[in-house]
Amino acid sequence: MSQTHLLGIFDAGAKAAAAAGTLRVDRLGTVTVYSPTLDRDVDAALGPGRSPVRVFTLVGGILGCVLGFALPIYTVLDWPLITGGKPLISIPPFVVIAFELTILLAALMTVIGFLLASGLPRLRSHAPYDPRFSQDRWGVLVACAPERADAARQRLAQAGAEEVRHGNV
Amino acid sequence: MTFQQIGDDILGTLRAPGRAYLTALGAILIVLAWGIYGLAHQIQVGLGAAGYQPPVLWAIYITNFVFWVGIAHSGTLISAVLFLFRARWRTSVARAAEAMTVFAVMTAGLFPIIHLGRPWYFYWLFPYPNERGLWVNFRSPLIWDVFAITTYLTVSALFLYLGLVPDLATARDRIRDWRRPVYRALALGWRGTDRQWRHFHSLYGLFAALATPLVVSVHSVVSWDFAMSILPGWHSTIFAPYFVAGAIFSGLAMVITLLVPMRALLHLEAYITLHHFENLAKLIIPTSLIVSYAYATEFFVAWYSGNTFELGTFVDRATGAYAPFFWTMVFCNCVVPLSLFWKRVRTSLRALFVISILINIGMWLERFVIIVSSLAHSFDPAEWVGVYRPTWVEVAITAGSFAWFFLFFLLFVRNVPSISMSEMKEMSGPASGIPNPDGEAREKRP
Repeated sequence: MSQTHLLGIFDAGAKAAAAAGTLRVDRLGTVTVYSPTLDRDVDAALGPGRSPVRVFTLVGGILGCVLGFALPIYTVLDWPLITGGKPLISIPPFVVIAFELTILLAALMTVIGFLLASGLPRLRSHAPYDPRFSQDRWGVLVACAPERADAARQRLAQAGAEEVRHGNV
Repeated sequence: MTFQQIGDDILGTLRAPGRAYLTALGAILIVLAWGIYGLAHQIQVGLGAAGYQPPVLWAIYITNFVFWVGIAHSGTLISAVLFLFRARWRTSVARAAEAMTVFAVMTAGLFPIIHLGRPWYFYWLFPYPNERGLWVNFRSPLIWDVFAITTYLTVSALFLYLGLVPDLATARDRIRDWRRPVYRALALGWRGTDRQWRHFHSLYGLFAALATPLVVSVHSVVSWDFAMSILPGWHSTIFAPYFVAGAIFSGLAMVITLLVPMRALLHLEAYITLHHFENLAKLIIPTSLIVSYAYATEFFVAWYSGNTFELGTFVDRATGAYAPFFWTMVFCNCVVPLSLFWKRVRTSLRALFVISILINIGMWLERFVIIVSSLAHSFDPAEWVGVYRPTWVEVAITAGSFAWFFLFFLLFVRNVPSISMSEMKEMSGPASGIPNPDGEAREKRP
């Protein structure tokens, strides 16, 4: 089913947040807000949303820790060579390796989680966008059924949109 | 300060460079060429081109390694630790400090390789299955170093790059020259949607939390290169905290050394204010005091332990052939920073610039004194002859390393927003017009 896209352009985050909040409460369509910076008002208007990135961090950290102990233990068993009169499996020095790999894999998995959750990289996108959204304007994009477009347009205008663009995608 | 103005001012720094910038770039390239020539000479004739003579077989290259790793630390402190503590003034200086961290680690990482007899075998440092059936020795602090530095470089580079993504999108949307396709690719298609910002916020917080233990761990691991040996002057449990404090101390000084000219060159006076410099200077004071305390503790423990070898090394350090370096170090690191207790000094850019350079010199000498004077005064008195003197090759490579570091920093500030626009906008409030580059207005809000 084809959807109508309406893009309202705002000069303040509070106005965009108000528009997004109204559209969300009235269930007029799927709302996406563009902002030049992290905007708490917009966050509050769109309701609580938990990022799954931290789960990736945790998995990466656990994997790194296990790998950080497994790698040195495997290598000393693969080529047993006593050095410094210490046991082959010397846990204290291996803690350093495990610690570093915990951080490294947690960081790498955090990046992967962020990219997956944010839908990046996406160098080509057909969704309506205005270059001013990375500077000093906020955008509220509504994807809705064509029969709800007028109501959505009205909400955007009431919230103080400078401009409302219309398009079918 | 409006969002438009923030964008105009900070993207304005990416315009075509002026004569001062190009002159600095030219001078840096000449010094770098000299360093590369010195390195090429050393690779051709062997490590004998350096001024090593037994027992001093670690010298300037390892000094440079420890120095540059240390320089890196304040970047992580400012970008990660101060972020977690919600010290919002960091916004103006965090990007430059993060970039400094990455370039300093890149510089530091060169020195263990330069120091190798056969540098082309540097990859033997990494554990990988090979036809020799050998693995690296995971009980060796040198291997811990490999893991610590690799992790630090990876995490700090990712932290810098991912923090840049929203600003790269702004550059993509506004800059119309040959760099636009590069910005487009590096921005990854960022559009600043609520979903992207939510995950970005989570990412940034998690990265800050992951980078924070690295501030403490990396230089601790570097210090164990020394402390795990039994050499008098090195074998000490105080080394890890002592090195970490010294690293932050030297890194903060380097941030000031870089920011003073950067602020003038890029006309960022409205964003990097005296308040920021004063806060950096305030951070220098406690780190200097910790370092001074560590120097005193080393001497006290050498005396109190009753260990004649340890005491001998420290007496030699303060009175022997390397004493001028030791006392210069004490003056630069312990005496000079005391002047920062005076507000008039903390708020004078000229004074801060001079003090920061003196601290850089002092901290470089600290590493030199620890490494060379300890090796030169080992257990065997028969070895206490001769004084280590660096050759022109070591001087060239050292100068080249500074050029390498400054080259990356210069290229960075002209091609990448050196202050985070998105954070600056967030701090200024939603198009509020509040002129608060110091972050004070926001802090007063509930």
